[in-house]
Amino acid sequence: MTIANRTKTIEEIRADFPILSRLVHGKPLVYLDNAATTQKPKQVIDAISDYYLNYNSNIHRGVHKLSQEATDEYEKSRTTVKNFINAHKYQEIIFTRGTTESINLVANSFVKPNLSEGDEVLISNMEHHSNIVPWQLVCEEKGAKLRVIPINDTGEIIFEEFEKLLTEKVKILSIAHVSNSIGTINPVKAMIEKAHAKGIPVLVDAAQSIQHIGIDVQDLQCDFLAFSGHKIYAPTGIGVLFAKEQHLKKMPPYQGGGDMISTVSFEKTTYNELPYKFEAGTTNIEGAIALGKAIEYFNSIGIGFISRHESELLEYGHSVLSEIKGLRFIGTAEQKASVISFLLDGIHPHDIGTMLDVDGVAVRTGQHCAEPLMKRFGIPATTRASFSFYNTKEEINVLAESIRKVIKMFS
Amino acid sequence: MNELQELYQQVILDHNKNPRNFGELPQCNHHAHGHNPLCGDQIEVFISVDEKSGLIEDVKFKGAGCAISKASASIMTTLLKGKTIKEARKLFDDFREVVTLDSNSNPDVMNLGKLAVFCGVREFPARVKCASLAWHTMINALENSDVEQISTE
Ligand SMILES: Cc1ncc(COP(=O)(O)O)c(C=O)c1O
Repeated sequence: MTIANRTKTIEEIRADFPILSRLVHGKPLVYLDNAATTQKPKQVIDAISDYYLNYNSNIHRGVHKLSQEATDEYEKSRTTVKNFINAHKYQEIIFTRGTTESINLVANSFVKPNLSEGDEVLISNMEHHSNIVPWQLVCEEKGAKLRVIPINDTGEIIFEEFEKLLTEKVKILSIAHVSNSIGTINPVKAMIEKAHAKGIPVLVDAAQSIQHIGIDVQDLQCDFLAFSGHKIYAPTGIGVLFAKEQHLKKMPPYQGGGDMISTVSFEKTTYNELPYKFEAGTTNIEGAIALGKAIEYFNSIGIGFISRHESELLEYGHSVLSEIKGLRFIGTAEQKASVISFLLDGIHPHDIGTMLDVDGVAVRTGQHCAEPLMKRFGIPATTRASFSFYNTKEEINVLAESIRKVIKMFS
Repeated sequence: MNELQELYQQVILDHNKNPRNFGELPQCNHHAHGHNPLCGDQIEVFISVDEKSGLIEDVKFKGAGCAISKASASIMTTLLKGKTIKEARKLFDDFREVVTLDSNSNPDVMNLGKLAVFCGVREFPARVKCASLAWHTMINALENSDVEQISTE
């Protein structure tokens, strides 16, 4: 029924990703580490070489043709991002190095100047280290407190506890849309409503949701949204911070340098307009352009197909793996993105990862940069399989078969 | 399966399942913590050195980790007893060589003795840290920096 909407078959999609046809230890690559980083389609790879082959130059600076072309492509990309998340204006889209830099920017330019002793920053128990440490740093400096929303045994936010923690002391709520370790989709829209009712601004860490869920910042009403290009089929080293214009206008620059200024003298510098005030120095030009191409590619596959296919994979993965004796899922939230974290009785994830690798299966093992979450579940680490729209049920079968081999070896 | 069988030799699997010298040594005079944040491995090594003879009388370890780190710790403890501190350091150097030598250099397996079981590790560079954690912690313990955490990350 839904097949009619497909622009490409799964085989055609896979053919767009050259790396998917390589061998690993003599076996076809089964890439299930998409939450760490996604593979890149040739449309994105070609965009990078096109830039260097044909119009490499610095942007916003030259009067020459190449600089004009590069500037146009760079700004076109910004518009692509703006439309993709349905931001109001291009001025609200800032290119950064990634989620980490986006969060640090907000922590330092938005929160820190207004943070006083006794104030609080609110995060959850399932945050990635990059949504913990920047807050710890500013809290420490200002004598403020980091507060943590607890989660239940399935890996969901305990909403009543969240509401209790929302006091007038809280200066920002910073929350992952989707957990990178266990895939929980947090009810960010409802959380934002609650926070706004108390006048508390909200940052959404969309590093793990942007590639799975359609995001509309005007619908969410988030104040800030951060994501990384490399998790949505673009290169590393490029990311985005969306911020409401009203905030950006009041925020001091994050870094100083070229491009972010309008006039400079030794007495006084006036800053450039938005968003350039927050893009100091020569930015990752080819990265920004490639991010635009990645989003165009993503749109050509379509969020409809992507979410259907990925939920099918998630459901299939759960059902196939739950048949394996001694396998236990970590994170069984009702609402989940296509991420499966699991443990095998008596076998350490690191050993599992090595053995799967020899079968060509790439998974992540360890703490997933979320040590406090591992502690919450009382475990040292997990094995995580995370699916993209280019993965298949056959690949999940290979994963399951390989896990059975691990169990046999250690029995 | 060859590389895998080399890594997970029977000896390794056996030490993983039944680690030797597992536990604490309350009367020890050398002690250190080790931690590999990448995989969450934690280890504690306890060593008691006889002050008069300078010989390692007893060694124990505890902690949670992967098969490679646990087996490595277990095998290490069996090799250390009765050695001088100098010999322990020499063992550490030999161990390091075994796990990091490139695979073409074909070391003289006869001379490696029990350390030969770690030859498989070098085919898996990502696992060298696992195998080394206990050994670094042991060296740290001998230097008696009791409070410090050693990290292989
Ligand atoms: C939920 C979440 N937040 C933040 C990050 C950090 O992203 P980056 O390392 O690209 O800055 C990640 C990356 O793994 C993540 O999964």
